[in-house]
Amino acid sequence: MTATPTQRLPGFRMGVIGGVCLVLLSLIGMVYAFNQREIVSGVISMGQTLLVFTSAFIAYMAVKRTPSRSAGPVLAAGVTAGLVMAALLALLILLGKTVNLRQVFINASPALFNLLLFHQELGTGLGLLLLAGALIGALTGLLYLMPSLWRRALVTGFCSLAVVGMLQDLIAPIIGAWGPFAVLSDWLFSGNGLSLGGGMGLFIAAAGATAIWSTNRQAVGHRIQRMQPGPKRNLKLTAILVAAVLLLILPHALGLFLSEVLTIVGLYVLLGLGLNIVVGFAGLLDLGYVAFFAIGSYTVAILTSPELGFFSLTFWQALPFAIIFGIIAGVMLGIPVLKMRGDYLAIATLGFGEIIRILVLSDALRPWLGGAQGIGKITKAQIGEFEFASPQEVYYLLLAGCILVGFISWRLRDSRLGRAWMAMREDEDVAQAMGINLVATKLMAFATGAGFSALSGAIFASKIGSVYPHSFNVMISINILCVIIVGGMGSMPGVVVGAFALVGLPELLREFAEYRLLVYGAALVAMMLLKPEGLWPEATHVRELHDSAETQGPPAAGAPAVPPG
Amino acid sequence: MLKNLRERMSPTDIVMWSIGGLLMLLIVWGSASTIIKGTYSARHWVDFVIFGLAQGSIYALIAMGYTMVYGVLRMINFAHSEVFMSGPYTAYFFAAYFYRSGLLDSHPVISLVLVFIVSMATSTLIAVLLERIAYRPLRGAPRLVPLITAIGASFFLQYVFRGLYGSGFQAYPVVTALEGHFALGPIRVLKFQALVIVAAGLLMVALYQFTQRTRLGKALRSVSEDKEASALMGIDVDRMISMTFMIGGAAAGAAGVLYAIMFKQVHFFMGFIPGIKAFTAAVLGGIGNIPGAMLGGIFLGLVESVGPSLFLDGLGIVAPYQLKDAIAFTMLVLVLIFRPSGILGERLAVTKA
Repeated sequence: MTATPTQRLPGFRMGVIGGVCLVLLSLIGMVYAFNQREIVSGVISMGQTLLVFTSAFIAYMAVKRTPSRSAGPVLAAGVTAGLVMAALLALLILLGKTVNLRQVFINASPALFNLLLFHQELGTGLGLLLLAGALIGALTGLLYLMPSLWRRALVTGFCSLAVVGMLQDLIAPIIGAWGPFAVLSDWLFSGNGLSLGGGMGLFIAAAGATAIWSTNRQAVGHRIQRMQPGPKRNLKLTAILVAAVLLLILPHALGLFLSEVLTIVGLYVLLGLGLNIVVGFAGLLDLGYVAFFAIGSYTVAILTSPELGFFSLTFWQALPFAIIFGIIAGVMLGIPVLKMRGDYLAIATLGFGEIIRILVLSDALRPWLGGAQGIGKITKAQIGEFEFASPQEVYYLLLAGCILVGFISWRLRDSRLGRAWMAMREDEDVAQAMGINLVATKLMAFATGAGFSALSGAIFASKIGSVYPHSFNVMISINILCVIIVGGMGSMPGVVVGAFALVGLPELLREFAEYRLLVYGAALVAMMLLKPEGLWPEATHVRELHDSAETQGPPAAGAPAVPPG
Repeated sequence: MLKNLRERMSPTDIVMWSIGGLLMLLIVWGSASTIIKGTYSARHWVDFVIFGLAQGSIYALIAMGYTMVYGVLRMINFAHSEVFMSGPYTAYFFAAYFYRSGLLDSHPVISLVLVFIVSMATSTLIAVLLERIAYRPLRGAPRLVPLITAIGASFFLQYVFRGLYGSGFQAYPVVTALEGHFALGPIRVLKFQALVIVAAGLLMVALYQFTQRTRLGKALRSVSEDKEASALMGIDVDRMISMTFMIGGAAAGAAGVLYAIMFKQVHFFMGFIPGIKAFTAAVLGGIGNIPGAMLGGIFLGLVESVGPSLFLDGLGIVAPYQLKDAIAFTMLVLVLIFRPSGILGERLAVTKA
């Protein structure tokens, strides 16, 4: 057997891949942009953290691929990977110092190279860079050799440092606002990042908690399982009560900005629950879902806004119309696409969504729909004297909507109709042979989904107070689809989790808006490669995916062939 | 006879045909009254048609990538629009350099060829990497998984290129040799539009001949027909899939330069709209079908360019050109209603995905 370069120099290949990643991260400007913020004040910046985490991750992958678990080869692989990565960065620096890369790569600035050189002279800086690479590689190797309990604790510690440091702008004011905790906030944060003491405290707390939890998790699980039915029910009730109270006070505890984020997440949860019926339950790939959202919004806008002056209903009077129009539009779209399958359906619905947006945007329909300027002065929802105006108040409107829609789709899922949807999703022909009326079932799915979407459109219109055609482009449909797939197709808690992960998290990192979608895209790809069933999947879906992996996947490379018998 | 017809038509069919019929009626009525009103002279119509042909041949080239990948993997490669963007955006820096050094004016052919090569190489590289990193591990996964991966990859690539090259519009240098027009009898054609049509046409013919005549092309078609059987016949399926992405990428790269020559600017978001249009074109022609993609692209380009003035002007609609995309998508819905498998019909072994 001939030795491939990978075997002779373990970690080399991963090192090259990692190096390319690091160079890319630097060239697209992420490293420099993130450097404006510190994770631990005066010790490590966010840009450096990005480099360290990426290189450590790649080095870990390299280390994991070494065949033996003894210290020598593992450390060698780690150090090689680290050195190769550092060397590629060094090459970038040398290239940047000799040629003006900036004519093409706008982010290849001297400031970036300075940062990569640890603000030292070229020679010392390069030496430090290589040293840092080797060190990270070696430490990763050590991490791999550790018992898994230690490893998990350390990784959690570092990750929580990074997360808290990254979200400090949000966390500090929240903790600071609660009188007694203000001291904690002062101790934890200083200047532009975590304080040294606070960082260490946080690290120890997170690592310790992980260690304790992972040693005791099974015991706790057993205790809950062995509980009597009575106390068990009480525990469940208490948990539900606590969750309900938390949901009710959430906006006031979180402050204005986070409440705004929550309302956006809430909108996506509503939309996601609706699309979940169409795509998740019935298996109809709808990429024009935003059209119904637009129809809901525009119906409320036209019916309530004094700007156009046709009608001046209240929000509650306009809401039923919005939902009814949404449902009608759902059926209208449904009829022409009844016979299309999978991808034709996707593109036809996408076309439908675009047609709606273009019509709304056009000058031809301007007197009725406001054209590019949209419609303003939409009335807020009101109950008696109470007006749902600020994000903290709109939150309750959305919460009510989510609970209603969640309840309906939960009941629908287990109903005769729900089972028909799922049968249709699995196999249309068989479902039809079993006596399911495909036309009615499909149209019901489109109509229900569209109604939910129109409801959330109506809330959106009254929340923003104005509607513009630009709020309803294809990207919204695509985002909602991503939310339900990442959450776990067909799973309702998954929709909530997906909305928080894909809509909430990016909103929190508005500061780095330029890189938001980049990370979003990379996360989507990574998610689909590593955990395609979603964050909170339905049980059947997991089984399906894993079955197909077992039956269709090629035999693992390098696995010894087992002779039959 | 009538009874037979009634048995074959379900109520939904009647609704569909009446929606379609209504739209057709509107189209005919609009065209008739436009022509009777005579707002546009014959010159205008010829210009519209030539512009539509040029635009359509760009769509057709991009649509090749979609349709070939769909034929082989049964997936919508959403990131193809970014493959299309990456080429001309990278080649822009070469074009700008040639322009500054005067090479573009003194040797327009050589420099344009170089720009094409850079663009096609970049797009091919991106397409192959995309397949290798993002799609290959997902063979055999349920259909929505690769779709979401492709959407993610599309975002990622867009913003990587934005990070690398900046977020502004870059004005593509004007090629002096392509300014002005020449006369074909009574018809006057803008030179750059002629280049776009001719270049795209040549490429498409070459591609078609490649898939039909060469051994490699035969292997490619066989993989899109049946992967298992091809593997049994000794065809390296993975390599063929890579090859599909390479060809699609190269076509998209070439289409990108043509697009940049026609619209004179590049931007990191430039791929999105042509991408959607090209996919629409692929569906119009019958997805998985290479000649169908060409026909669909040209049809879509023509409808977009001629449609607004022809159909809508006569109906007295204000600013009809704003509605060109709506016309394109309506056309799509119409084709799908009357001929659900596209104009030329899909060439897929399995009709149920």
